[in-house]
Amino acid sequence: MASIVAQFLNGLASASTLFLIAVGLSLIFGVTRIVNFAHGSLYMLGLYAAYSLIDRFGPTPLGFWGGVIGAALLVGALGALVEVAILRRIYRAPELFQLLATFALVLVIRDAVLWHWGPEDLLGPRAPGFAGSVAILGKPFPEYDLLLIAVGPLVLVLLWLLLNRTRWGTLVRAATQDREMVGALGVNERWLFTGVFALGAFLAGLGGALQIPREPAQLFLDLTAISDAFVVVVVGGMGSIPGAFLAALLIGEIKALCIGLGTVTVGGVAISFSKLTLVVEFIVMAIVLIVRPYGLLGKPLAMQRGAGAPVELPARPDGRAMALAGLAVLAALAALPAAGTPYAVVLAIDILVFALFAASLQFIMGPAGMVSFGHAAYFGLGAYGAALLLKRAGLPMEATLALGPLVAALGAALFGAFVVRLSGVYLAMLTLAFAQIVWSIAFQWDAFTGGSNGLVGVWPSGWLSGKTAFYFLTLACVAAGVFLLRRIHFSPYGYALRAGRDSPLRADAIGLDIGRLQWVAFVIAGAFAGVAGALAGYSKGSISPEVMAVSRSVDGLVMVLLGGVQTLSGPLVGAAAFTWLQDTIARNTEYWRAILGATILFIVLAFPQGIVGQLAAWLGSRDRGAPEGMVGWRRRRA
Amino acid sequence: MEAAARMTVLAVENLSKSFGGVHAVRNVSFAVGAGELLALIGPNGAGKTTCFNMLNGQIRPDSGSVRLGGREIVGLAPRAVWRLGVGRTFQITATFASMTVRENVQMALLSHHRRVSSWWPRAARLYREEADRLLERVGMAEQAERACSVLAYGDLKRVELAVALANAPRLLLMDEPTAGMAPKERIALMALTAEIVRERGLAVLFTEHDMDVVFTHADRIIVLNRGTLIAAGRPADVRADAEVQAVYLGSRGHG
Ligand SMILES: Nc1ncnc2c1ncn2[C@@H]1O[C@H](COP(=O)(O)OP(=O)(O)OP(=O)(O)O)[C@@H](O)[C@H]1O
Ligand SMILES: [Mg+2]
Repeated sequence: MASIVAQFLNGLASASTLFLIAVGLSLIFGVTRIVNFAHGSLYMLGLYAAYSLIDRFGPTPLGFWGGVIGAALLVGALGALVEVAILRRIYRAPELFQLLATFALVLVIRDAVLWHWGPEDLLGPRAPGFAGSVAILGKPFPEYDLLLIAVGPLVLVLLWLLLNRTRWGTLVRAATQDREMVGALGVNERWLFTGVFALGAFLAGLGGALQIPREPAQLFLDLTAISDAFVVVVVGGMGSIPGAFLAALLIGEIKALCIGLGTVTVGGVAISFSKLTLVVEFIVMAIVLIVRPYGLLGKPLAMQRGAGAPVELPARPDGRAMALAGLAVLAALAALPAAGTPYAVVLAIDILVFALFAASLQFIMGPAGMVSFGHAAYFGLGAYGAALLLKRAGLPMEATLALGPLVAALGAALFGAFVVRLSGVYLAMLTLAFAQIVWSIAFQWDAFTGGSNGLVGVWPSGWLSGKTAFYFLTLACVAAGVFLLRRIHFSPYGYALRAGRDSPLRADAIGLDIGRLQWVAFVIAGAFAGVAGALAGYSKGSISPEVMAVSRSVDGLVMVLLGGVQTLSGPLVGAAAFTWLQDTIARNTEYWRAILGATILFIVLAFPQGIVGQLAAWLGSRDRGAPEGMVGWRRRRA
Repeated sequence: MEAAARMTVLAVENLSKSFGGVHAVRNVSFAVGAGELLALIGPNGAGKTTCFNMLNGQIRPDSGSVRLGGREIVGLAPRAVWRLGVGRTFQITATFASMTVRENVQMALLSHHRRVSSWWPRAARLYREEADRLLERVGMAEQAERACSVLAYGDLKRVELAVALANAPRLLLMDEPTAGMAPKERIALMALTAEIVRERGLAVLFTEHDMDVVFTHADRIIVLNRGTLIAAGRPADVRADAEVQAVYLGSRGHG
């Protein structure tokens, strides 16, 4: 009994923390419609800043609480600065570019923290006056956690008062419901947005700073915090503050329950619930999204929240010039092993693999208009599928290259059936949830997948063991894959897919079954990602759960966005640029993330349509006399 | 021609729909025959678009029946209704912005000919002539290569008409086909529609705020007010109807 109560209280304490991380994200999204990937970074900054401030002020009550509040204020000010300097310029940009910009911020902040605070974990002091524990039903329970339990509801009430009892709050609520209306009221929208961003950042910073007695400041906290925050916000319903609170409670308690249950034996089978904690929040999110597509307390968004892609020019089928250019690139790539260094060949294999991965992602993001945050799952299923069939089933490597992608396609068929019922950010989150579930299976099933160590000795057959031979195999697979994807793009099926994205209403009214079309697209994209994954495994000789981690999915997104979502060659250029940049920078400096982030920010601000997209727009507007603004920041009319 | 003499294409009986407490459409019944242009008129918010949405399956009526050529179609999805030969244009145009005008029509033709699952052929080369013939018919042939995202609004309405004709429909549902057009263009577009209707023997149900267009081209008129039908008949009778006059008095300017 006592331990159940203790677990329940633990759940409440972690719910408070989850709520603080998530509520700012939800608030910012509600008003600015920006999905702020950097929110977890702000949380992390809060922790680090609190550490330094308390260190300077001294561990007195005043020093401690001054440090905590000071850290939150600093992070809030940073939020305002970021809003004014960067986000303000891209409110009209397609939603995906906003996402990319905030992701660039994640990279920059990560390296800024590394530079200032160094790589070591920093553990702060205990809170003066709350350092001990109290006995609850005879069991000790940290006083500080009791304090945290109170903080969540307190912040909820204060926010409620702020939003419902002040003029500023009225405006924020109006903006959440209807942005046009705020404009019509003649409010200076800019400062409203800055204020909301600063408040959201303050709350994230506070959430981080309050953790200082409980966990050390660490560099990876940005990504764990953001994924927790996303889950809470999506489960609660984007933009709903009570929803975020409810979701935080639900997830905090379910996690606590899993820890409390430990390993339970049901009918002779031991089920380890504590292992589930890694993934349980994603399972909850998947279930909630399947049952309630807009989260627990969310409403369908008034605005069309599709891919938010720029209006694209009518796609031109490949002309002779394009075919020739393609062949020229292929010829140059075929000449590489003879001309380049062995290292160039290894790097080229990486680039080719990612080019196919990015092209497959572009296929669902571009024509199908579905943004996936979890595309790495299919890359990973292809890699694990091939490797397991080789190691555990003893199939020949050649067969596994075909069957691995089939595994990925089957996974995509299963998950895709649920995913295509949603749209926009919710869809993206469900893909993320499924990817995390697959990842955690690979991570935890030691006996079968090798757990966190993964599988080693995944080598290709003898005739492919030379790097050059494997390079040519990769080139052949990738070229064929890219060609097929292009071909499908211009086929009746590809047109129908685009029709469903452009105008679901019209597509439905001319007999197109959009859900089915999208589901097929998801499977196609999964299969090609699987090919890339299988090749990736054999090129390295080993695989680990890393191949399907969130960061891999994000890499894919960045590649596609760098190249331009609505261009077919974009992902190829994006993959090449990204992989090469990452490789080059990482070999020369510890701070490759910051440089990459700054580059991305520059590209986003200077070329909102991606590199190839921008080139096409320049060329296109000269050739075809396309009016300005046709391709660009304007949202689709739909 | 008398309505009774025509073959009935669409028969609507006691159709009702409410949103929350609002009775958007209440017990509406009417029929449209082949070769007939039936105008559905009424002030803003009368329930016209809601009616259309129930006819093509976009929303499900609370009660009532919709029969197309004798077959009950309530409960079918829009795409299924379309397959049965119902073309629709929208009050706010809905076209594929990333495609050219011709490709928009080709898309509808591809769907009509059940080719959307082919992965290999080049879509842009299929049904090109057929698409051009339709575009010719609605006067959009010159603009076939332009992107839909750059067309003038009136031209978009023409593209919608061509798209709606692509499956050789028996019934056309046109929600404010001339909204946003200049007066001259309106008359021209409805004249064109009337011509196509006669030549193909289509049944047409259209809504329209421009009374000149309505009285010039409609064979019959039904009048909706706050979800209820208040009059039905030939243009002259409807024009003379006291209740219709009361509803429309001073409210003719909009639309
Ligand atoms: N999806 C909906 N949810 C709630 N109310 C709706 C919905 N669609 C329509 N209504 C309401 O139903 C009524 C009829 O609307 P409808 O759009 O059918 O009118 P209409 O005759 O087409 O008007 P207009 O001439 O302006 O196009 C209006 O009161 C409208 O507010
Ligand atoms: Mg209407």
